[in-house]
Amino acid sequence: MKKDSIGIVTPHVFSFAEPPATLKLESGRSLGPITLTYETYGRLNEKKSNAILVCHALSGDAHAAGIHKDDKTPGWWDDLIGQGKALDTNLYFVICSNVIGGCKGSTGPSSINPDTGKPYALDFPLITIADMVEAQRHLIDFFGIEKLLCAIGGSLGGMQALHWASAYPERIIASIPIATALKHSPQQIAFNEVIRQSIMADPAWRNGYYYEHGQPENGLAVARMIGHITFMSDQSMEEKFSRKLKNDNLSFQFIDDFEVEGYLRYRGYNFVKRFDANSYLYITKAMDYFDLSGDHFMPETKKTIVRFLVISFKSDWLYPTYQSQDIVRLLKRKHAYTTYFDLTSTYGHDAFLIEIEDETRLIKNFLANISPD
Amino acid sequence: MKIDHHIISQIITEGAHILDLGCGNGELLSFLEKQNQALVQGIELDEDQMHQCVERGLTVLQGDIESGLVDYPDQSFDYVILNQIMQQIKKADFVIQESLRVGKRVIVGFPNFAHIKARLTLFAQGRTPINDALPYYWFETPNIRFLTIRDFIDYCRKKDIKIEQKYYLGKSGLINILPNLFAQNALFVITRH
Repeated sequence: MKKDSIGIVTPHVFSFAEPPATLKLESGRSLGPITLTYETYGRLNEKKSNAILVCHALSGDAHAAGIHKDDKTPGWWDDLIGQGKALDTNLYFVICSNVIGGCKGSTGPSSINPDTGKPYALDFPLITIADMVEAQRHLIDFFGIEKLLCAIGGSLGGMQALHWASAYPERIIASIPIATALKHSPQQIAFNEVIRQSIMADPAWRNGYYYEHGQPENGLAVARMIGHITFMSDQSMEEKFSRKLKNDNLSFQFIDDFEVEGYLRYRGYNFVKRFDANSYLYITKAMDYFDLSGDHFMPETKKTIVRFLVISFKSDWLYPTYQSQDIVRLLKRKHAYTTYFDLTSTYGHDAFLIEIEDETRLIKNFLANISPD
Repeated sequence: MKIDHHIISQIITEGAHILDLGCGNGELLSFLEKQNQALVQGIELDEDQMHQCVERGLTVLQGDIESGLVDYPDQSFDYVILNQIMQQIKKADFVIQESLRVGKRVIVGFPNFAHIKARLTLFAQGRTPINDALPYYWFETPNIRFLTIRDFIDYCRKKDIKIEQKYYLGKSGLINILPNLFAQNALFVITRH
């Protein structure tokens, strides 16, 4: 455990949308009952005015900080959440919940369908970012929090932070979308489609009904490998791997000669152990459907008082700078007071998880100026 | 505290919405926020200066001045401030026109190239003037244009822009006599209405 870690944390479970009061989804279908797994760090103050909602990215989960008992791996944003850190747990009450459609304790395609007693698989309805936010809204209501101090997240998490501001401007003081977009470009949809196709092309996928037989391992591993390529930059790959060989000589066989190949295989096949293939399909689809461009953003609001901190990273080619500038452009039209930084980093899309120093400085100073009243 | 900052603070109304183009490290905006309870938005390109702005608790966008205005709706701000940047931007006319669209009023501050010392340096010594308001050698200056008080008044007349207020600044205070000769800096409040 790192010295500045918040220590051992325990996930909690929140259930709602018990039939007949199921959650009406954007698709028109409904879902219920719904379970959300979440973690919290810090303490909710008496006025319930110090809550920050952290929204995770595609393969993330509710475990954003600290460590679980009998586990060494810290949460995915451990460097950002804790005492004295950007999301200072001395000051703020930080909530992070697994999205619906996910596979880390929240209701998703691998959850048991109460109608059949078996995993939903593809009977699980398609969900959208709006549905994810709607589920989070129920959790926030459960805490009795009228107004979030802030919603923050990178990538998929950034979409949620944007959607919070758009759908519930009166329930949020600030929004921090990082390395994200108002909508996926055809290039981003294309990458996601190749990712989905690689899962679905694996015979072990069995049209989604694989739970009795085990995951479509090869398909999911390749899907994740594609993802990892898009998360890094040309420069960060050069620095990390260059053309270094795993062994001293070329093998003249189709094995992983280069370190980069070994890395992708390791990451790909490790991912299979911790992530459900169908969840990957559902969540990537939700990201592709997301569109807050133009009049979709804050449709009811001409002028907003929600404060924004928009962050992009110069080497991120998956969510390029221009997409964050599009966000800023839209915010200007809504008269929003906005802080925008295009941070220098060579880490590509991964930067929002790694480039902690600048991010911390920014977020900390930004939040210090957001008053709950 | 800089004298031009004080004057700007006296110009703007309490609680005004303000956009400062090229806000630097946010010194002026921070002052206006405290002094006038102004709601402020800055635009700046330099990352270090921007960090200083955020540390001061300011709202600041990374962007260049020329493209920073385009997306704001008409009359989004009570004041748009163009302080000490006129000499450094490429499309000066465009930026002034856009500022007048985005802001109800525009405050323009610039060093007066026709100041007597500048004239003498050029006339008597044959050298490019260097003084408090124009402190750079030719090979390191960020300034790409030089303008005078008279130039600016001519421009406003030609473009049908109303000058509401004007302030001529010397080294230690306001200048009332022959401003184009004795003022080092000028501040104008202009509007379309």
